[in-house]
Amino acid sequence: MEKVLLMDAKACTGCMQCEMACSYQTEGAFNPSKSRIKVFEFKEQSLFVPYTCTQCAEAWCMKVCPVDAISVDDNTGAKIVSNDVCVGCKVCTIACPFGTINYNADTGKVLKCDLCGGDPACVKICPTTALSFVEAGKEGLGKMREWAAKTEASLQTTQS
Amino acid sequence: MSWTGKILRVNLSKGTCESEPLNMEWAKQYLGQRGLATKYLVEETDPKVDPLSPGNKMIMATGPLTGTIAPTGGRYSVVTKGALTGAIACSNSGGFFGAELKNAGWDMIIFEGKSDKPVYLNVVNEKAELLDAGHLWGKSVWETEDMIRESGGDNDVRIASIGKAGENQLLLACIVNDKDRAAGRSGVGAVMGSKNLKAVCLRGTLGVKVRDGMEFMQATNAARKILADNAVTGEGLPTYGTQVLMNVINESGALPTRNSGDVQFEGASKIGGEAMHEIRKSDGKANLVSNSACFSCPISCARISQIDPEHFTVKGKPKYQKPSGGLEYESAWSLGAATGVDDLEALTYCNFVCNEQGFDPISFGSTVAAAMEMYESGKITDKETGGIALKFGSTEALVQIIEATAMGEGFGLDIGMGSKRLCDKYDNPEASMTVKGQEFPAYDPRGIQGMGLAYATSNRGACHLRGYTVASEVLGIPEKTDPLVTDGKAGLVKAFQDATAAVDSSGTCVFTTFALTLDDIAPQIAAACEGDWTADKLVEIGERIWNMERQYNLDAGFTGKDDMLPKRLLKDAAKTGPAKGLTSGLDKMLPEYYELRGWSADGVPSDDTKNRLAL
Repeated sequence: MEKVLLMDAKACTGCMQCEMACSYQTEGAFNPSKSRIKVFEFKEQSLFVPYTCTQCAEAWCMKVCPVDAISVDDNTGAKIVSNDVCVGCKVCTIACPFGTINYNADTGKVLKCDLCGGDPACVKICPTTALSFVEAGKEGLGKMREWAAKTEASLQTTQS
Repeated sequence: MSWTGKILRVNLSKGTCESEPLNMEWAKQYLGQRGLATKYLVEETDPKVDPLSPGNKMIMATGPLTGTIAPTGGRYSVVTKGALTGAIACSNSGGFFGAELKNAGWDMIIFEGKSDKPVYLNVVNEKAELLDAGHLWGKSVWETEDMIRESGGDNDVRIASIGKAGENQLLLACIVNDKDRAAGRSGVGAVMGSKNLKAVCLRGTLGVKVRDGMEFMQATNAARKILADNAVTGEGLPTYGTQVLMNVINESGALPTRNSGDVQFEGASKIGGEAMHEIRKSDGKANLVSNSACFSCPISCARISQIDPEHFTVKGKPKYQKPSGGLEYESAWSLGAATGVDDLEALTYCNFVCNEQGFDPISFGSTVAAAMEMYESGKITDKETGGIALKFGSTEALVQIIEATAMGEGFGLDIGMGSKRLCDKYDNPEASMTVKGQEFPAYDPRGIQGMGLAYATSNRGACHLRGYTVASEVLGIPEKTDPLVTDGKAGLVKAFQDATAAVDSSGTCVFTTFALTLDDIAPQIAAACEGDWTADKLVEIGERIWNMERQYNLDAGFTGKDDMLPKRLLKDAAKTGPAKGLTSGLDKMLPEYYELRGWSADGVPSDDTKNRLAL
């Protein structure tokens, strides 16, 4: 069953533990600058927004790669970069509309989220519900539930 | 690992930035951050130095767990001789600055000398340089951060700076990082100002490595689970922040009110954590917008607040109408209960101003409280205050005096000296609620007896964070003791002081100790660092640090006589609440404390004690 990494900005506190878990997974060091998930702070709106690759079904990074270094992980649906094949041409970084694939100057390869083989480290470490890994097709259920609750509450108010 | 093994030494007189190896012998004995930086200060400076002279040094130091995934592993400390106190100062801050320093490859930065013109330090990994700060001088902390960030073009930098308060060398000035986290106490911002150092801007992309990654993830995951499952760190602090304490401490009869004239504040429920959640009638919103986390912190106790835009303090002033760092328990108490003001929006505004211009709300509020007492008793008049009617409970007066202090104008300059100097100046020293020149925090020693001893013996002057026996006496952590008795408190204070000194040297936050013991913290350090790290060893390190700080203060000219509380707490009994009729029993606790410490009857560490601790 394919799963999707879901990001809920409302629940994010900006602690950056996801960035450290991610960088540890790939780099063996705690280094937010090498994390594939990023938390953006919008201080004046009091908002923290986690953001990473959402694994496009039609993945432009994969389509444009001239050496076919990006492939689909059959188990997770993740688009993964083969470091053995990647030549560091960076064309994928141009193609990606979201900026979630980036060049790592230390290795000469590109970095993107690979869903950690189906058990994302960022989700495991997240101390709130900001990051979750949910069944594909059910991404919106949480929001639907929230709205359902709001509707229910307003109905109650109207009727009383 | 997990020290970077490198120190950045910045000589402001010469304008040089040099790298040198960390003394690893000292790291093994003093761990990091508070302990290790104090060791450097002790070895490199004269304890009798004028804190605001070029001879004083200022150290920004991380701990071995700073910059790691260890829960709350983002702390850094500023260690120097305190401008407010003349004692050893160690002010600890969260946010993201400490982790960035570690990621840039430095365990600490030692600032020495004095620049002949305003400068700021810019660090990008191994590259460090002093840059002109002429255009930043006179700017607030908020403006300084924005201007540096915009000029450098790198949005990911982390900045610590002083505002006008630090530039004016107000003795209650602090150093603010990430706009609303602060190394707040003892006047460390004045020391930075005296060196003409406006800011430190950091960018680090090198990463932090630990000795054994698998072991480290296991140890930190175990600690993370304990924190999540604990009622205080998993629920109370995320929901209400430290403000969870306001009503609890008020009910305990230990909320210092109107300059410690009372121990309970009738307006407490209006300024506490619950009140911050209440929907305002005026604009249909709550004061509290959300909570937020410091680097690597799963607790997220920090408050983000937004003031009612129609409130008189912010009307027509858009910069204060945005969400920003809200009230903590200490600031709500000092700005509120201590002054008798119960207007939550006004207190939030005052807190914003403290962050904006960089001064300590605890010392400020407490000093204003002393001034209010002197105003009401006629010791100071409108002539001195410039017409500000400093009466207890006056919101208008509080707002006027905080603006004057922030700008360094009029009577604000007197307030900026802190309570002790203010009360000495106006010939009313008994009105000053201080120890070693530093204002009390938010716990009355009559209602929580252990805190009286903790204040009296704190090495940086009155402080709750040097030995937080409130945890035991009120919250029952690790076990409940009776707050109204003195029996057993000497041992309790010593145990808290030693453990806290170790935690403050680790790179993690002392708030973890609501849930974690040293048995939970030691495995994290052991997995991260070379060497043998056990809970017992951490206690020994904590005790070593405590005695080193004590000896520094003795060498600076303090004596056992300075381990003293204001007469009010020793003579005037609490009027209401559970402690009604009680005074502080400091005299019953202090001799036992000295004995347990292995100090002489006048408070000097014995040779045996020093030898035992390898001092």
